[in-house]
Amino acid sequence: MKKPEGFKLVDGKGKRIDGRGLDETRPIRMEVGLLSRADGSAKVGFGNTVAVAAVFGPRALFPRHLQEVEECIIRTRYNMAPFSTESRKSPGTDRRSIEISKVLRHAIEATVFLEEFPRATIDVYMEIISSDGSTRCTALNAASLALALAGVPMRDLIASCTGGKIDGKLAIDLNGKEDNYGEADVAFAMLPTKREIVLLQMDGELTKEEFMTLLTKMADKCNKIRDMQVKTIKEYYKKIGGELE
Amino acid sequence: MIPMSEEYVLKLLRQNKRMDGRNLLDYREIKIETGVIPKAEGSALVQLGNTKVLVGIKMEIATPFPDMPDEGILIVNAEFAPIANPEFEPGPPGEEATETARLVDRLIRESKMIDTSKLVIQEGEKVWGVFVDIHILNDEGNLLDASAIGAVAALYNTKIPKYENDEVIRGEYAGNLPVRYKPVMITMAKIGDKYILDPNYLEEEVASTKLSVGIRDDDVICAVQKRGSGTIKFSELEGLIDLAIQKSKEIRSLL
Repeated sequence: MKKPEGFKLVDGKGKRIDGRGLDETRPIRMEVGLLSRADGSAKVGFGNTVAVAAVFGPRALFPRHLQEVEECIIRTRYNMAPFSTESRKSPGTDRRSIEISKVLRHAIEATVFLEEFPRATIDVYMEIISSDGSTRCTALNAASLALALAGVPMRDLIASCTGGKIDGKLAIDLNGKEDNYGEADVAFAMLPTKREIVLLQMDGELTKEEFMTLLTKMADKCNKIRDMQVKTIKEYYKKIGGELE
Repeated sequence: MIPMSEEYVLKLLRQNKRMDGRNLLDYREIKIETGVIPKAEGSALVQLGNTKVLVGIKMEIATPFPDMPDEGILIVNAEFAPIANPEFEPGPPGEEATETARLVDRLIRESKMIDTSKLVIQEGEKVWGVFVDIHILNDEGNLLDASAIGAVAALYNTKIPKYENDEVIRGEYAGNLPVRYKPVMITMAKIGDKYILDPNYLEEEVASTKLSVGIRDDDVICAVQKRGSGTIKFSELEGLIDLAIQKSKEIRSLL
């Protein structure tokens, strides 16, 4: 998308349109266990972007020919609600959501101990209920929490954030306008304690040096996001435990 | 071809060898033929070893996107026709075809290889649409890199038809498509703890993950995608980007 003339994403003092510094994320909110029918659920917000994830399973997979003898399969669905965007998004899958569902599935496959549940499926459904950039990363953070709540054994929590280049400067956690009008954007997720990348997508224009500098900043941010995830899960169980006593 | 098991691929790789005798970082032989489809405004047939991909370009009159009234439009589509692989099925594009089309789209769009500002007929009303259709004929692996080579070669082969009195005159041309870069997609496949370039079909089956990196003539990175369910160590990333940049020069010299 073309940037309107004179529109600045970063002002003279290095502040972004929502008042953030270049290395700051928007306010992050995390909530778990909000959907009673799901085996695990979570809601994550990065500023005005909000994703809800629900995990069902591990559960039996039918028809049987879809089963894998030695491991479970992961099915994902990334979906944007029609009202989540500025002009209504027509419901249903499109090429973008097909691709995003695929890369998010691969990220989860890289994280879950699939061999623990042969012939089963774990279904991870992610709904974007409000969209303002970085939706796939927000969805993946929610999915990670929902998987943990469902008791799915994982190699680590998945922590995810975006980054990019806006008005010539490297920045973390792009909002919708920065995503549209910026020069480059990167979607990234890793297993922080292992420093292994499970999601990496980039488009735009970056030199190798810019790319590596940005990714290092994003990896640092993912460590912090993981800390928040751990805290959220602990507080949830403390609360549940308190209610049981 | 003699069917070879996945174990064979792994066994060879442990000795730094590949089933077709290549070094780990070699591409298969690349053959590019352009102008192969008379009715297309541009076309290319690419062979990457036995992988065969045909790319055709059609130029059509289109309405510009409201937020970009002074630019032509680009549409990339990929058809994984059932002739190419016994596992491909007829029907609408699946996940793999969708991902391939979108990655080639990103490579062309983000590298700005086409000067779309020169494709305007009447601002806000009428522009040229560049339709890139990728047709897979034979899948022996690494369809993405082959499709990207095909798309760039076909775009360099593309002519803009004459447009007079609101009509496109097919077969007569007003000039060449305004192109200015040759972006290249390089795919690295991770098998065990080794990375190889240009994986063939069986190597792709064994690979835990792939990293595809799109590089422009000035070494700027314009597209990156991790594909497949494995992980990439953060510490490996810089070396992989260096490798892609270095290899892209070699592939570009063939375009």
